[in-house]
Amino acid sequence: MTRHYSALSVLKEGMRGQKGWAQAWRSPQPAKRYAVVIIGGGGQGLATAYYLAKTHGVKRIVVIERGWLGGGNTGRNTTAIRSNYYYPESTELYDLSLRLYETLGRDLNYNIMLSQRGMMQIVSSPGEMEMAARQVNAMQLNGVQAELLDRAEVQRRVPIYNYAPDARYPVYGAIFQARAGIARHDAVAWGYARAADALGVDIIQQCEVQGFVVEGGRCVGVQTSRGEIRADRVGMAVAGSSGVMAEKAGFRLPITSYTLQACVSEPVKPIFDTVLVSPMTGAYVSQSDKGEMVIGGGLDRVPSYGQRGNLPQLETVLSGVLEMFPIFRQLRLLRQWGGTVDVTPDSSPIFGESPLPGLYINGGWGTGGFKAIPAGGTLFAHILASGGHHPISAPFDLNRFRTGHLLDEAAGAGIAH
Amino acid sequence: MQLFTCPFCGPRPETEFHFGGDAGNARPGAEASATDWTDYLFFRHNRKGVAREIWMHLSCREAFLMERDTVTHAVTATHALGSEA
Ligand SMILES: Cc1cc2nc3c(=O)[nH]c(=O)nc-3n(C[C@H](O)[C@H](O)[C@H](O)COP(=O)(O)OP(=O)(O)OC[C@H]3O[C@@H](n4cnc5c(N)ncnc54)[C@H](O)[C@@H]3O)c2cc1C
Ligand SMILES: [Zn+2]
Repeated sequence: MTRHYSALSVLKEGMRGQKGWAQAWRSPQPAKRYAVVIIGGGGQGLATAYYLAKTHGVKRIVVIERGWLGGGNTGRNTTAIRSNYYYPESTELYDLSLRLYETLGRDLNYNIMLSQRGMMQIVSSPGEMEMAARQVNAMQLNGVQAELLDRAEVQRRVPIYNYAPDARYPVYGAIFQARAGIARHDAVAWGYARAADALGVDIIQQCEVQGFVVEGGRCVGVQTSRGEIRADRVGMAVAGSSGVMAEKAGFRLPITSYTLQACVSEPVKPIFDTVLVSPMTGAYVSQSDKGEMVIGGGLDRVPSYGQRGNLPQLETVLSGVLEMFPIFRQLRLLRQWGGTVDVTPDSSPIFGESPLPGLYINGGWGTGGFKAIPAGGTLFAHILASGGHHPISAPFDLNRFRTGHLLDEAAGAGIAH
Repeated sequence: MQLFTCPFCGPRPETEFHFGGDAGNARPGAEASATDWTDYLFFRHNRKGVAREIWMHLSCREAFLMERDTVTHAVTATHALGSEA
């Protein structure tokens, strides 16, 4: 059976009728007991399992997913990867992630189709231009390369944008991070799953966690649709379901679940080679390798677990896109969908031990946790292996909402969420 | 476009409304502990399914109570605020 992916193995297997490929991961029966149970087979949960096995040498790890791998937000996201944040704490986290992404395809032996095509954030007034300069300076002080582009340079790089004299939001310039880009979302989930499985991690799909086993005030396992599973430590990375899990564990979180929706156009020939966001129109666009325009925007304004998205927000985003790119007026929409995202008051994630000892949280990623999968997995693995924080995860402890040390990245997130 | 029923103005488009948080999340007094205070400010029930929430109709600026399902989005009742919030 061929396990390693390479040009040579594709050639060899091609000559043998593609019959010799090993399964990418097993589907074993869950055991009664593990060292670590991870709830949620999205990118965050799968990456955590991989780094727990790889970096910390932990044996007997299980990932429990109620649906299919990446079927939550990981497989629904618009895959923008960037580290253009404002605060040093956020930069440490998101730039670690970007650096890990840069070698991830090789590390996992899985093509995640990373394309560092840069990300451009349009600036639409002189006042905003000053704030943009401040943002670029902050990024550079934090050691992340960024450029402030003037109008002529934006026009040179993205000629199809709306530069009309009567444009609703004129272009004054843009913030540009050249290392930003996109990757293939399914491949990130599948790549981590396959590499974790190769290190002995059990991945159980179609298995729902329905409650926690608590003894002496400590979480010692989970009740699932396939029986009780015990563990020394339990980690949850369930994104939009964080509130549901917290209720079962007997505490509340500073998280509200909202729908974030996205859509793609029919595929067209390459016309647009960066990721572009306009905070004023509230929309962002990139072109996929297949040629579709991948379109996203802000949250639906109604808290929801509906995973679909409402019409007013879709209308806002699409009218924003047409304002930005009048040339897209003739494009037809192919698909629209929504995911349930876990939004925190300061737009920053939550890491660490929960109010129920033995249960640990990786969540609160809201609208931006795909870019953070490699770092989120690295840090959560450290927490689950050691029981304590990594220096980079410490500022993101749940306790910040008690002490007041919020990391308000709403402004740094580009889109007003 | 979904219609929400303002108890004062009747059915209006959802875009005229603003979510105000869990019903029953009463503002603590000045002497509240840091835990009670931050519970009030940040910690949420975030219920999946039937929820009781405070909403504001931005057109008339009245806050009211709405019972709705956060999965199906079906609204079962809206009430003017009385003592229950
Ligand atoms: C439309 C959209 C666009 C986005 N765009 C971007 C973007 O451009 N860039 C970016 O960085 N981020 C983006 N995001 C956010 C990003 O997708 C998420 O932050 C990220 O995928 C979170 O990963 P996760 O593994 O925590 O969550 P998920 O991928 O949602 O995984 C959680 C998993 O937990 C499982 N689960 C839940 N409850 C249970 C249970 N009881 N038992 C067992 N399993 C359970 C779910 O089925 C799910 O598979 C976007 C999100 C959406 C919805
Ligand atoms: Zn009204």
